[in-house]
Amino acid sequence: MRSHLEKRQRRAAWLFLAPALTLIGVFFFLPIVIGFALSLTDFDIYAIGSIDTVRFVGADNYQSTLGSGEFWNAFRNTAYFVFLGGPLSVIVSLAGAILVSGRLARFKEIFRTLYFAPVITTLVAVAVVWRSLYHPRYGLMNYALAKLGIPAIDWLGDPVWAMPAIVLMAVWKTFGYNMLIFVAGLISIPEELYEAAEVDGASAWQRVLHVTLPSLAPTFLFVSLITLIGYFQVFAEPYVMTQGGPVRSTVTLMLLMYEEGFRWWRMGNASAIAFLLFVITLVGTMIQLKLRKADPA
Amino acid sequence: MNRRAWLMLLLPLLVAGCGKGRDERSLVRFWAMGREGEVVQELVRDFEELHPTIRVEVQQIPWTAAHEKLLTAHVGDSSPDLCQLGNTWIAEFVALHALEPLGDWVDRSTTITPRGFFPGIWDTNVIDGTPYGVPWYVDTRVLFYRKDVLAQAGYDAMPETWAEWRQAMTAVKRLAGKDGYAILLPTNEFSQPVIFGLQMNSPLVAENGTVGAFSKKPFRDAFAFYIGLFEDGLAPPVSNSEVSNLYQEFARGYFSMYVTGPWNLGEFERRLPPALADEWATAPLPGPGGIETGVSLAGGSSIVLFRSSERKEAAWKLIEYLSAPAQQLRFFALTGDLPARTESWQHESIASDPRITAFGEQLKRVVATPKIPEWEQIATRIMIRAEEAIRGSATIDEALEALDRDVDVILDKRRWLLEKRGLVPESPTDGDGDAS
Repeated sequence: MRSHLEKRQRRAAWLFLAPALTLIGVFFFLPIVIGFALSLTDFDIYAIGSIDTVRFVGADNYQSTLGSGEFWNAFRNTAYFVFLGGPLSVIVSLAGAILVSGRLARFKEIFRTLYFAPVITTLVAVAVVWRSLYHPRYGLMNYALAKLGIPAIDWLGDPVWAMPAIVLMAVWKTFGYNMLIFVAGLISIPEELYEAAEVDGASAWQRVLHVTLPSLAPTFLFVSLITLIGYFQVFAEPYVMTQGGPVRSTVTLMLLMYEEGFRWWRMGNASAIAFLLFVITLVGTMIQLKLRKADPA
Repeated sequence: MNRRAWLMLLLPLLVAGCGKGRDERSLVRFWAMGREGEVVQELVRDFEELHPTIRVEVQQIPWTAAHEKLLTAHVGDSSPDLCQLGNTWIAEFVALHALEPLGDWVDRSTTITPRGFFPGIWDTNVIDGTPYGVPWYVDTRVLFYRKDVLAQAGYDAMPETWAEWRQAMTAVKRLAGKDGYAILLPTNEFSQPVIFGLQMNSPLVAENGTVGAFSKKPFRDAFAFYIGLFEDGLAPPVSNSEVSNLYQEFARGYFSMYVTGPWNLGEFERRLPPALADEWATAPLPGPGGIETGVSLAGGSSIVLFRSSERKEAAWKLIEYLSAPAQQLRFFALTGDLPARTESWQHESIASDPRITAFGEQLKRVVATPKIPEWEQIATRIMIRAEEAIRGSATIDEALEALDRDVDVILDKRRWLLEKRGLVPESPTDGDGDAS
């Protein structure tokens, strides 16, 4: 009797889940499987002409990708972007969150909205503005540097400065989102903790250090994870600002994948890069999770 | 059912009927790139007046997105009827079976004949003996130089052989001093080493375009000449982006020669200071064994007809119209793009300008780059490997051997396909054996 009921319940559950599962299957798992299959072939421009020219090549795409300087160059650029931009973005958004939710802060809503505005602005429009800010001769950045007595920098034309310039823009564009998550985390910290600390004679800085930061640890983990994953997939910023130049110094893994796929139409190679990027992101995420567990603060 | 309801039912039918009656003209969709796409609208309007049964819809596409857009359109079955296509892209779209072979159309045409165009340019449209495009405007590279500086160095005309040219460059360099150079050859352009290679008669790729021929003697000699210009301080090892203002630097004497294309004619006129207005000239490229060997690239755009088009008759009429000598001249006046029809070159507006006639002279000696879909990828590799040799991180032989290896990887698929069809000997010069 009981097992009969259980069976019916289970069937109902599957029935209710079916639409969602179908969607996930068709639009999420199926493309992944096809992408993986594609990465084992040499699907290219000839294959679009006639499909019978596709060859199964096994792990060749992976081997040649891992053996190419282009891939490692893109990997270095991406890592540079992630490890410079990631921490910077988290710090800036945390500082922003503490500022806009401070007890003394006024017009909190207005500031929150203002800081969030770049997140929802179209990237192409943002890029136009930032390109003019970065202009070597007429840009506001170099004007400010000149006021400080620092010589002009060719922000987007110099291989050394192009990536930092893109990091700066990306941090400005995305920190508002993380800030909102931090604000939510801050609100959930009980007021009594601060009061108790104050009674014990803790200064404002000590309260941030010993009350705010430890209470935010789970939020911190979440924010740094999504930032890491998001930043590994950086594409649009270099695509609209520099197209990967100068001297390929801003080609990221995603941009390389796009070039392979839609410029040279080597879908097999592009799929292999996509899977390598997936593995890299996965490893990065796992290392980060491990570090958090080892450090129970 | 009352009268109103009947009317509601009939109304759409009536409207549809009217629509059909009003526009029986067949619609030709034409994609054109950049500035050409903007200007051609004017010519198209006159075409529509001449042919009341045809309506042309021009869509303008930015150059930077053109390649992706055309490929995705082909895959998505939404190609236009006609399209402007850079002539180095034709081989790729032929490999996709996207283009209509134009042999019969040209044979039947009363206005278009291969003899009406520069032979080297027409040839870029011919793949395995069949034409797939009609040249619209042409593009090649010649030498832009400072007459005054060259005269100061003791030359009243541009030399015609490599040896003399190099001597002239050395003399100019002596005048320019330590911080100046004779010629600008931007390291991020593939065209310079490729032109020198073509001048030495290198095929660039061998065996039906299935292996690289870059470490073979003709190209190696050309490459050594090219790298030598940097080693001897005649050309600065800089890319385009490192020269902040080309025209200013040319005026300042940072360099006095520059190999570039027709688009710079207008730029030089506009941007050089008035004092230099008469001090610069253009000349056909010198060659290793005299001016006849001084070939240059056969560039430009063609108009192609898509295989999938359902209005080929009407579309072909537009091709004929746009390649008529009169329209070619009008297009030149509007854009500065050089006409592909040789007849148009006899007109006053072109024949009276020696800076343009140098291009006309050069166009008699232009060679197509290998007509294989992989060419653009190969060109990118040439640029990268040449830059290594210029910067000294590889010797000439190392760079060329590496280049041949890169090219063999790129051409692997093509080699396999042609082997299957028996067009290349089975397993030719196999790299694997040498490597182990």
